[in-house]
Amino acid sequence: MAEKTAARRKISQSGFFLMFRGAALINAFALFIVVFFLVKNGWEAIDWTFLTEAPTDSMTKGGIFPCIIGTVYLSIGAMVFAFPLGVASAIYLNEYARQGAWLRAIRFGINNLAGVPSIVFGLFGLAFFVTWMKLEVSILSGALTLGILSLPVIIGTAEEALRAVPDTYREASLGIGATKWQTISRVVLPTALPSMITGGILALSRAAGETAAIMFTAAVYYTTQTPSSIFDPVMALPYHIYVLATAGTNIEQTRGLQYGTALVLIALVLGMNLLAIIYRARLRRKR
Amino acid sequence: MVRTRQIKEILIRYVFFLLAFISIAILAMILFFLVREGVPVFDEVSIKNFFFGKYWYPTADPPDFGILSLIMASLMVTGISAAISIPLGVMTAIYLAEIATPRVKEVAKPMVEMLASLPSVVIGFFGMVIVAPFLQNIFDIPTGLNLFNASLMLAFMSVPTITTISEDAISSVPPELKEASLALGATQWESIIRVIIPASLSGVSTGIILGMSRAIGETMVVLMVAGGAAMIPGSVFDPCRPMPASIAAEMAEAPFRSDHYYALFAIGLVLFVFTLMFNFIADYISHKHRQVGAATL
Repeated sequence: MAEKTAARRKISQSGFFLMFRGAALINAFALFIVVFFLVKNGWEAIDWTFLTEAPTDSMTKGGIFPCIIGTVYLSIGAMVFAFPLGVASAIYLNEYARQGAWLRAIRFGINNLAGVPSIVFGLFGLAFFVTWMKLEVSILSGALTLGILSLPVIIGTAEEALRAVPDTYREASLGIGATKWQTISRVVLPTALPSMITGGILALSRAAGETAAIMFTAAVYYTTQTPSSIFDPVMALPYHIYVLATAGTNIEQTRGLQYGTALVLIALVLGMNLLAIIYRARLRRKR
Repeated sequence: MVRTRQIKEILIRYVFFLLAFISIAILAMILFFLVREGVPVFDEVSIKNFFFGKYWYPTADPPDFGILSLIMASLMVTGISAAISIPLGVMTAIYLAEIATPRVKEVAKPMVEMLASLPSVVIGFFGMVIVAPFLQNIFDIPTGLNLFNASLMLAFMSVPTITTISEDAISSVPPELKEASLALGATQWESIIRVIIPASLSGVSTGIILGMSRAIGETMVVLMVAGGAAMIPGSVFDPCRPMPASIAAEMAEAPFRSDHYYALFAIGLVLFVFTLMFNFIADYISHKHRQVGAATL
């Protein structure tokens, strides 16, 4: 009798474990199937001219070069602004701040900023950068909007990087007479920097794929000129996909272009992610 | 010499404090600008009619600014996506934290992270061109762009959030608890469901709420996949128009500082308050029921 229940318990365990494994597999399958369909249908659209030329014939033919350039400008611009600021915030939180009301308030700000929907960042960018600061719809407005959107991610990963620096490093530096700032700038930061850069790459890839935050602040349907300054509007990959797939007059006809653009975007984003993940795994192994 | 060094140190400390403070300043500014650009709509429509009005015809004459159908659509996509993402996300987290071998985990965890990094416009595009025709065929419905499709796509966008946070919570349960349970003769499964899950429940709930918060604010997916009809959906296969979709679709056409423009900012404010509430709940749960150590159980 007792043996029978033991056997039954074993069986129910393997049943549930199978179910959990199934759940994990469904996620992997979802990722696989999205990538599979984009590669299968987008592969043919991609050739050298697609990557290096501008759209022609009212966006039904030609390439996506201006969109690639726009996305690179926007996401790198966002990092130029957000990376130093995020790292500085993390330094304050991890190295200087003591428990108390200020620390709680700052944490509250960061946590809630992380939860703000990207469309709300878009509205804020429109009201503040575009209208109030009179920056117009431009690379600068978009990069600043994407920058504040990425800020919580950068702070989070930078803090984690700082926490991973052993306290013995700090104690040794302070022990030989260095000041706090000397310790941070010459010992703590150089040690934490590789992991911080990994976080920066992850944030960069997220900014590159963001659509809702740039649709009112930086991106336009079509522009003939390549941007000559940061005050010009740009085309961007994510917005280009959206426009071609929903607002064009030849939605069916441009399907190939849509797949091609989507494939370029995920190749860019997943490529950067993979790079960051592999780099991070190597850093961990070294430690 | 020593004195200038001290002053310099103090100055540096304040500079870093100010830089860290920017996050709250930005949050406050977001709230300020949403209020400034959104509240004027209440000159045109009463607060009651705005929230409970069933008709959203912002360009009609006279216009109707009732956002009930938009709020309901948002709540329904979030609810249905949660019904899919919570079991899927939590089960995946348990698998990663307790069942998977380290080698499987090394591959499976980045997989979840990659799922999180898929741009929302790509998921929206996928839902539009692959999933919608598929649903239309197998369920024999007039359009595949509907509440169900949007919920399904949103579910896969919130799973990574739920899984990552839950996995952290489950992994940080002190091993003594599990060892004690196993020593009493419980199987691994019984230990997971009766000991580990209850002990990590606050972390798991935080993950679930943040995942749902991501779903309610997600824009591109609902804009491209939900179908866009501003009405309260009667079935899961009806098209609908959640709040973010309305803002994204109409802002380009709304004349600057018109009533329509103000109304869209007011919707943004409602959305902001919704996600803020989700955050408060998550914060409350994670502080109130924090797992401190083995001895607290």
